[in-house]
Amino acid sequence: MAAPKKGRQGTQGRPGRTLALILIAIVALTGGMFASGHTTPRLGIDLAGGTSITLQAKNEPGQKNAINPTNMNTAVGIMERRVNGLGVSEAEVQTQGESNIIVNIPKGTNSKQAREQVGTTAKLYFRPVLTTEVSGGPAATPSPSGSGSPSAGSDKEKGSDKEGEKATSSSSPSASATSQGRAVTDALKADPTPSATDSASASASAPASPSAPPPASADPATAELQAQYTALDCTKQTVRAKVGDGVKAGDPTVACGQNAQGQWQKYILGPAEVEGTDVDKASAVFDTQGAAGWKVTMDFTDKGGKKFASITGKLAQNQSPQNQFAIVLDGEVVSDPYVSQALTGGTAEISGSFTQQESQDLANMLSYGALPLTFTEASVTTVTAALGGEQLEAGLIAGAIGLALVVIYLLVYYRGLSLIAIASLLVSAALTYAIMSLLGPTIGFALNLPAVCGAIVAIGITADSFIVFFERIRDEIREGRSMRPAVERGWPRARRTILVSDFVSFLAAAVLFVVTVGKVQGFAFTLGLTTLLDVVVVFFFTKPLMTILARKKFFAEGHSWSGLDPKRLGVQPPLRRTRRVSAPVDTKEA
Amino acid sequence: MSKLGNLGARLHRGEIGYDFVGKRWIWYGVSILITVVAIAGLAVRGLNMGIEFQGGAVFTTERTSVSVSQAEEYAEEASGHDAIVQKLGNGALRIQVAGVDTGKSDQIKETLAEDLKTDPEKINADLVGPSWGDQIANKAWQGLAIFMVLVVIYLAIAFEWRMAVAALVALIHDITITVGVYALVGFEVTPGTVIGLLTILGYSLYDTVVVFDSLKEQTKDITKQTRWTYSEIADRSINGTLVRSINTTVVALLPVAGLLFIGGGVLGAGMLNDISLSLFVGLAAGAYSSIFIATPLVADLKEREPQIKALRKRILAKRAAAAAKGESLETPVVERTYGDRDAEDAEDAEGPEDATPAVVGPRAQRAQPSSRGRGRGRPSGKRR
Repeated sequence: MAAPKKGRQGTQGRPGRTLALILIAIVALTGGMFASGHTTPRLGIDLAGGTSITLQAKNEPGQKNAINPTNMNTAVGIMERRVNGLGVSEAEVQTQGESNIIVNIPKGTNSKQAREQVGTTAKLYFRPVLTTEVSGGPAATPSPSGSGSPSAGSDKEKGSDKEGEKATSSSSPSASATSQGRAVTDALKADPTPSATDSASASASAPASPSAPPPASADPATAELQAQYTALDCTKQTVRAKVGDGVKAGDPTVACGQNAQGQWQKYILGPAEVEGTDVDKASAVFDTQGAAGWKVTMDFTDKGGKKFASITGKLAQNQSPQNQFAIVLDGEVVSDPYVSQALTGGTAEISGSFTQQESQDLANMLSYGALPLTFTEASVTTVTAALGGEQLEAGLIAGAIGLALVVIYLLVYYRGLSLIAIASLLVSAALTYAIMSLLGPTIGFALNLPAVCGAIVAIGITADSFIVFFERIRDEIREGRSMRPAVERGWPRARRTILVSDFVSFLAAAVLFVVTVGKVQGFAFTLGLTTLLDVVVVFFFTKPLMTILARKKFFAEGHSWSGLDPKRLGVQPPLRRTRRVSAPVDTKEA
Repeated sequence: MSKLGNLGARLHRGEIGYDFVGKRWIWYGVSILITVVAIAGLAVRGLNMGIEFQGGAVFTTERTSVSVSQAEEYAEEASGHDAIVQKLGNGALRIQVAGVDTGKSDQIKETLAEDLKTDPEKINADLVGPSWGDQIANKAWQGLAIFMVLVVIYLAIAFEWRMAVAALVALIHDITITVGVYALVGFEVTPGTVIGLLTILGYSLYDTVVVFDSLKEQTKDITKQTRWTYSEIADRSINGTLVRSINTTVVALLPVAGLLFIGGGVLGAGMLNDISLSLFVGLAAGAYSSIFIATPLVADLKEREPQIKALRKRILAKRAAAAAKGESLETPVVERTYGDRDAEDAEDAEGPEDATPAVVGPRAQRAQPSSRGRGRGRPSGKRR
């Protein structure tokens, strides 16, 4: 046991200095806390109130490695800009784990709007229409959800996936389209401007009569696509949600859209000619001349403008319906205007019965680009500020009561010694609080409910270190040593125990932090932090304080209230004599 | 407290103590029984997985006068699914609807707000997609596996593989019991429960490690002495750290109990409750297993080691020889082979004297010849 000696010199020599060091650290941290103006830890959504959305990246068929850090970070960037585009400045977007993005929106924001904004993929394509017809009868009462039989839906979906894969012939950039329940359309026929009828709430129409087979046409749609098209029933929400999944931009596809009459229309669409990336920026404008109301105008990039001009020029020569092109947003046809001439202005419009809000949202999404991945909402938590405050309060009360019980127990059992333990706990608490407050602005640490639990649990682990140390000292005293040697001999052994056991605890916290997501992570972080602080406090505060106090008469002479009274510890006078005989043996070893 | 202090001292000197290792089969039996019951409960009743694992929505309203059954009706009407409604301590309602997706739940929330005549902004909603809970659980299992591997490696290096194995067994034991309690009582399993369960990992091992640390220290030079078998020293180290174990457990359980009863009492069901409940069960199991299972298991494993086996043989032979010599000076030592020594220890004369080698013994084995010589050569009476 060579190490203890080293340690003994280190800590025993200048306990005052070590103590001063940690006190300076506390003052510095507290000072930093006040200087930076962050005097309270940042509260998580569950305590402060607000909405927390967890988005999970979906694996697309045929895109195995799409979920990678680069794509995730791009998605976070886009979401951040979208949310901030709404004027929500305090919202935070961060990745968590491999495939999750957490969006925290503080209270007082329109969380529903924000939800739609962050989660929508916003993949925009301009595709030529090959064929189209109304899918199902006239729009009727909206049914609450996909009322069609699920089995039929999934069958069709399987079919469509297969088609998608088989049809893979071109090598254009891969992309996917998913319906996110976004807007719908019918063309304002004869209007050269793209137009759209928006119905963001995407209510399903009642199942309708089977649609007639599509008119035979000279388009290049394959027989499979035709079969798929025939089977497609756009009135079913479950079907709509799946249609076009995993289809590449360069492949023809089937799609659904809603026309001005609220009817669902189905389409066979050609390969995408212009993409969302060709859009330079989009903005919402109010159409003062026409009756279109709010609309979204898009400015194309140079390249995009040329592409758009060439496709519209080509389409204008075709017969209906092949002189139409479809604006497809996330797999759903938003608009399918007729084209009568090439549009060379480098701009396009999506108009329809948008509200101001809707047009602005759409413009916002188009401006900041499409997400590289498709996301599903894994969980959404909305907490009112009142409940959050209540939970925080309950947590704090529980913590205070727990702490009080611990203090009482220590006082009763350890008497004078407990003052050291309580002082150490307070130092530990002060450090934890200051560090948590400072971590808020620096690394975005937010105190959530599990973190509060972690801190409360940590009281036990922290107090245990003192208990280990005190029991060691008491054992040494029982062996007949006087106070000062007892402290110095007890320390190296206690220290090892504390280090070994804290290491295990820290290991648990670290593994949890790295592996898990969400609430578990906050908990693991607090546990790890407090475990580290426990070691710091025991080494730099409790031990030096003990060394200093061991010189004081109260402790050194074993006052009956010191908690170290040899008599109370059961040291028996005859025992002492024999102890002294054996003492040298021990020293040699230690 | 002097009584407790004395108890500590007596434990320290080995005057009193419980024969943890000797009676280990009783406790193994108890543990096996509990574990079997836990597994049976798990198999028969299964876990009551919370909404987070099935997908669905949990709404928490503000204080309301609407009755539970009425709210249930509203919720079922709004969602078309079964709803579970609980009244919380503060008069609020907690409404759970399983099987709805995150998009749908918004509508339900608004309908509910209308029915309950409150502002939708004042209803808390926890909407969970069906894969979210699975993801948390999967990650938790992954974390558990990684942690176990790391800990076994660490313990094998810091201590030895036998202790690592024993600690692992104790850990699995604790987790099984906690999960079993959840299955038997039918508590709902939520991510909070998972968090609590994962904390037990760290804590259960923490507790075990403290006992092992003392065991390692005391058995450092075990082969250089012939006074105590490994099991006896293991017993002694448990008894020596018993006060610490009790204190630590009490100190750790107090805040958790506060969290459980106060946090839960104020808020009713919720994450505080979920975490603290699994912690409470797990901590208790952890404290129990590190004393009654882990250490005796180490002793069991250790006693199979040839060296330790040989030592045991030597010691037993020596004791037999001493016994054969008659009721001489050595008798007390021989008889102190745990079990019925309390009677003797009651007579104060032997107590402290025996304690000398006992406490110092394991640490002082290097100086064995002298200390042993002293103990043997001198009639015990002389010391008085």
